[in-house]
Amino acid sequence: MKIKLNGNAIDFQGDSLFDLCKIFGFKEDETTVKIINGFQTLEDLPIKEKDEIVLIKKGEFPNEQELESMLSARHTPKVYEKVKKARVAIAGLGGLGSNIAINLARVGVGTLHLIDFDIVEPSNLNRQQYLMKHLGMEKTKALKEQISQINPFVKIIIQNVKITEENCLEIFKDDTIVCEAFDNPLSKAMLVNKLLEEREDVYVISASGMAGYFSSNSIKTKKITDRFYICGDMENGAKQGMGLMAPRVSVCAGHQSNTALRIILSEYEC
Amino acid sequence: MITINGEQFDLQEIKLSDYLNEKNLKPERIAVELNGKILPKSKYNETILKDGDKAEVVSFVGGG
Repeated sequence: MKIKLNGNAIDFQGDSLFDLCKIFGFKEDETTVKIINGFQTLEDLPIKEKDEIVLIKKGEFPNEQELESMLSARHTPKVYEKVKKARVAIAGLGGLGSNIAINLARVGVGTLHLIDFDIVEPSNLNRQQYLMKHLGMEKTKALKEQISQINPFVKIIIQNVKITEENCLEIFKDDTIVCEAFDNPLSKAMLVNKLLEEREDVYVISASGMAGYFSSNSIKTKKITDRFYICGDMENGAKQGMGLMAPRVSVCAGHQSNTALRIILSEYEC
Repeated sequence: MITINGEQFDLQEIKLSDYLNEKNLKPERIAVELNGKILPKSKYNETILKDGDKAEVVSFVGGG
């Protein structure tokens, strides 16, 4: 039967996962990671025509050809192909934007368009996906480096620029999914209104309200129009006495990145 | 009936600008959806909601 092993189409003469291990020189025990159609297993499961299987020797570095299929091995088959063709823009690379970008890179979104004007500073590290070694570096470059260490198959387009009412239409002209991930409420409102007033072909996924340590369950995704989604608790802004902290910021970024993924996969309700 | 942010008003019309003033909503910090579309900012002053209209005013707070 025809199956895919580590991204390569092969003709397999056998019945089960352990047969496959034997034929291709992998041990059947837990020193081999065995993933069948996105599901990792220790059992000797039967193999069917067209199954997609990844076998990884633990601790061994694969060659580049096999690496991509291994990185995507835990994704649902068919999903990865669609996600790989997609492109998502992220406006602002702070707590929301850096988390959204890394989530989407892990999922395997083909192209990420990352925009920010700022540099990494110590106060960012409480919630943003940067490291000490990035202090002083442009956020666009630091995040590009982070993503290259997570999924080198994502194409990253970076722009080190402050997004304004005047330049935003030009910056996002090739994007149809834009995640608004700014800190400043005036910038948030500006970008959302401008893109949705001037473009009929763009989805905007915005965020409002994720400060403090209120219940995680108060953060929701709400669909406002066919093109406009907003994530957050809608009320708790950052202010004196109420800071931004990693857990709720990443919950909100999780909502935004999952909404982007769902739009890519033609699921438009929330 | 006019519905704004889920709240129902048994009125024939409501001026959007009056509603925003009353709720202390600043135009530069919001987006307004009216009957499924985003209302351009330039139309906030002239817009009068009529019987049957549904609107959602989204407020942006800081943090990201």
